[in-house]
Order: sequence, then C-alpha cells, then structure tokens
Amino acid sequence: MKNSKKSLTYLESVHRDGFVWGIILCLAVLAVPIIVSVLFGVFPQWKAMTKAMIAIVPMYWAVGIVEIFTYIPMLGAGGAYLSFVTGNISNLKLPCAIDAMERAKVKANSEDGEIISTISIAVSSIVTTIIIILGVILIIPLTPLLESPVLKPAFDQMLPALFGGLAVVFVSKNLKLSIAPIILMLALFIFVPALNAGTVGIMVPVGVVFTIAVARIMYKKGVL
Amino acid sequence: MKFSVNHPILFIMVAAVILLVLGQSVYFLIRAVKRAKELGIEKTTIKNTISSAAIFTIAPAVAILVGVITLSKSLGIPIPWLRLSVIGSLSYETIAANTTLEALGLKGGDTITDPSAFVTVLWVMTVGIIVGLILVPFLTKRIQKGVKNMEKRDKKWGEIFSNAMFLGMISAFLGYVFCDVSNVFKGDTSGLIPVLVMGVSAVVMAICGLLAIKLKKRWLTDYALPISLVVGMAAAIPVTNLLG
Repeated sequence: MKNSKKSLTYLESVHRDGFVWGIILCLAVLAVPIIVSVLFGVFPQWKAMTKAMIAIVPMYWAVGIVEIFTYIPMLGAGGAYLSFVTGNISNLKLPCAIDAMERAKVKANSEDGEIISTISIAVSSIVTTIIIILGVILIIPLTPLLESPVLKPAFDQMLPALFGGLAVVFVSKNLKLSIAPIILMLALFIFVPALNAGTVGIMVPVGVVFTIAVARIMYKKGVL
Repeated sequence: MKFSVNHPILFIMVAAVILLVLGQSVYFLIRAVKRAKELGIEKTTIKNTISSAAIFTIAPAVAILVGVITLSKSLGIPIPWLRLSVIGSLSYETIAANTTLEALGLKGGDTITDPSAFVTVLWVMTVGIIVGLILVPFLTKRIQKGVKNMEKRDKKWGEIFSNAMFLGMISAFLGYVFCDVSNVFKGDTSGLIPVLVMGVSAVVMAICGLLAIKLKKRWLTDYALPISLVVGMAAAIPVTNLLG
C-alpha cells in the first residue's frame, strides 16, 4: 500500500488533510485554557463555571450542530475545513465563496467549484487573520478611530450592505425560486418580534430547508 | 507568575495558535491553486479570485477587529484576539463572556484581575464553541458524500439544490434587514436604516453589473461586491444621522 498516497484523488486528500489539521487545531484551542490554568496556578471557579456553562453550552452546541449540517454542503470540502476554524461563515466566508464561484462561472457542485470556493475562503481567512494581527499591534492608535461614533453606523449596517449586493446577483439569476423564501422570511421577520439580529443565525437553516422543499416541488412540477 | 489579562505569555501562546490557523489556510490555498492549474483553470481566473476575495474581506475583517477592541476591555487583548480569529463571532463571544462574568459576580467592561475568574471565562468561551471544531473533522466527509450521491443520481437537481441552499441563506438575511420596519408605525424610523442601506448596496451592485457589460470592464465585475459593501456601509452614516 506504499503508493496509496499517490492514488488519492484531490478530494480524498482534502478530507485526509482536513481531518489532520482539524484535530491539531481543536487540540490547540483546548490547550489554551489548560495552559493558562497551569501557568498561573489556578482552577476555574467551579460554581460560577457550572452556572455559566448551563446557560451557554446547550444553546451554543445546538446552534453549532445545526450550522454544521447547514453550511458544510454549501462550503465544499476545503471551504468547510477552513471556515469552521476561522468562523464568520455567513457574514464573510460564504458570501465570499458564492461571489467567487459566480464570477468564475463554475458550479458549486463541480470540482472547479470546490477549488474556487477553497481559494476564496483560504484567502479570506488569511486576510482576516492578518488584519486582526495588524489591528492588535496598532490597537492603541486604532481604538479611538474604530470606536468613533461617526463610523459606528457603518459597522452596525455591515450585514444589510453585504446582502444587498449579494442578493441582486443571486435573486436576479433565480427569480422564480426566490419569491417564496423571500416572502416567508419577510413575513416572519416583520411580524415575529423575537426575530432580530441575534436570531438571524437560527433562521438560516429554516430558510435553507424551506427553499430546498420549494425547489423540489417546483422541480418535480417542471417549473424550474 | 503575576497575573495580568495582557501578560506577555498569553500573547505568545495566542500567537502560536493563530500561526497554526494561518498555516492551515496557507496549506489549503497552495493545494487548491496547484490543483486549479492541473485542471486547466485559467490563471486570470485564479488571480481574480484571490484579489477580489482579499479586497472583499477588508471591511468585514475591520468590523471583527472592532469586536476585539470591545471585548478587550474586560478580557485584555490576547483572548479576544484568539476568540475572534478562531471561530468566534462578536455576538456569541460577548454573550458567553458576559454570562460568565455575571455568574462570577463581576460586571462586563471591568478588567478581570483575578486569574481564576479569567480561567473560568476562558473555559466557558472555549467549551461553547468547541462543538464545531470536534465534529467537523469527523462529519465533513460524510455530509459531502451524501450531497455528492444525490447529485450523481440527478445532476440537474444537484445544481438546483445548491442554488436553493444559497438562496435560503440570502433570504434569511433579507428578512432580517426588515426586522424593525414595523416600528415606523410607532414613530421610530430607525428600522428603515438597514432597509435603505441594503437598497443603496443593491443599486450600486446593479450599476456595477450594467457598467461592466456596457464598458466591457472586467474589474468592475470582480470588485462589484466589495464596492457595493463599502458604499452601503458609508451610506449608513448619513442615513443613520437622518433616521436614527
């Protein structure tokens, strides 16, 4: 089996390497609180920790698991291994990949799509990481600028500014299929007060499942 | 060792983890570019993908940096730096940190001076986000295989399926833009801000698309998304002053 490495397809090798990197990074992230404990010779405050864990973990894990099943099919293999490490999937990595595939005129489910998606997500991850590093180095001069009340509205409105542009391209190319999910989401967000900036992440899987169901019906009826 | 939220050793440790994260991205980037060449994807396509992804990322990355600064008030710089470079999003991390600080009887925004309180916050933030890091290496191949099998059975449906997923996500965010619109009837016009910002960005995107066709300028298509994003964000400043 010596030459089994050579006979791996690109996709198989992405999965193998993605697995190895994923495990290494997971251990590195878990090591941080352990090392901090050891270095400063302290234990966490168990009572407060239990209380906070009960409040945080069930919700975060539920959302996390739903996100895995929602985003992995959209991100492609390489994109998934990278995005679930560097985060900011719906507000950065996925729009970046969708836009890149659209412009390169490749289908998301082809190998070309896999490659373009991986390249755009990798570049986006690298640039994000570098900008944050620069920001940390320059944090003292940058803080008053980035926290200035003049700029605050711009950062507050990043998501509408991002999805306005993305929607134009995607909705105009899939007009028939867009109508039902957009009407549903508008109705839900306008009339259900609990839906807001904090809960939009939970509504993404709802939108995805609903749109797939609508697409299936339209496809079966020959409308698409 | 005397504890401080900005202890140099914390910076070194966080930098090491972030270097690993960078290493993973660089590794996958090199592999994908190599494979792109093998597949005969044009050089200009690869170049454009890289440069427009980089330009597009700047504004959202600066927004993430704002999150690091916000969290650094109670947690120091290194931990927010790590948490927002690895998985974290500002809203999740803020909630996790503030919930723990509350359980500890501390206030958000006060700098932590007690190392055991710091470790407590750190554990809750880490455990909160760890599920993705643990499961993704084990589930990605299986989930992708399921999708690929479905596509193999019916190629056309496979294409519609991936478009439907993207549209589902986009429609959820379009809905979110309108979440406070009904406040207008109570006399609060601030709910219109995101709607107008989205409108500006959509119009800019459409203009870029039309101009690109008319003037035959490829770069207009390549940078249309970052242009519409930045113009939309810039428009938010006067719009907020007017309606906020």
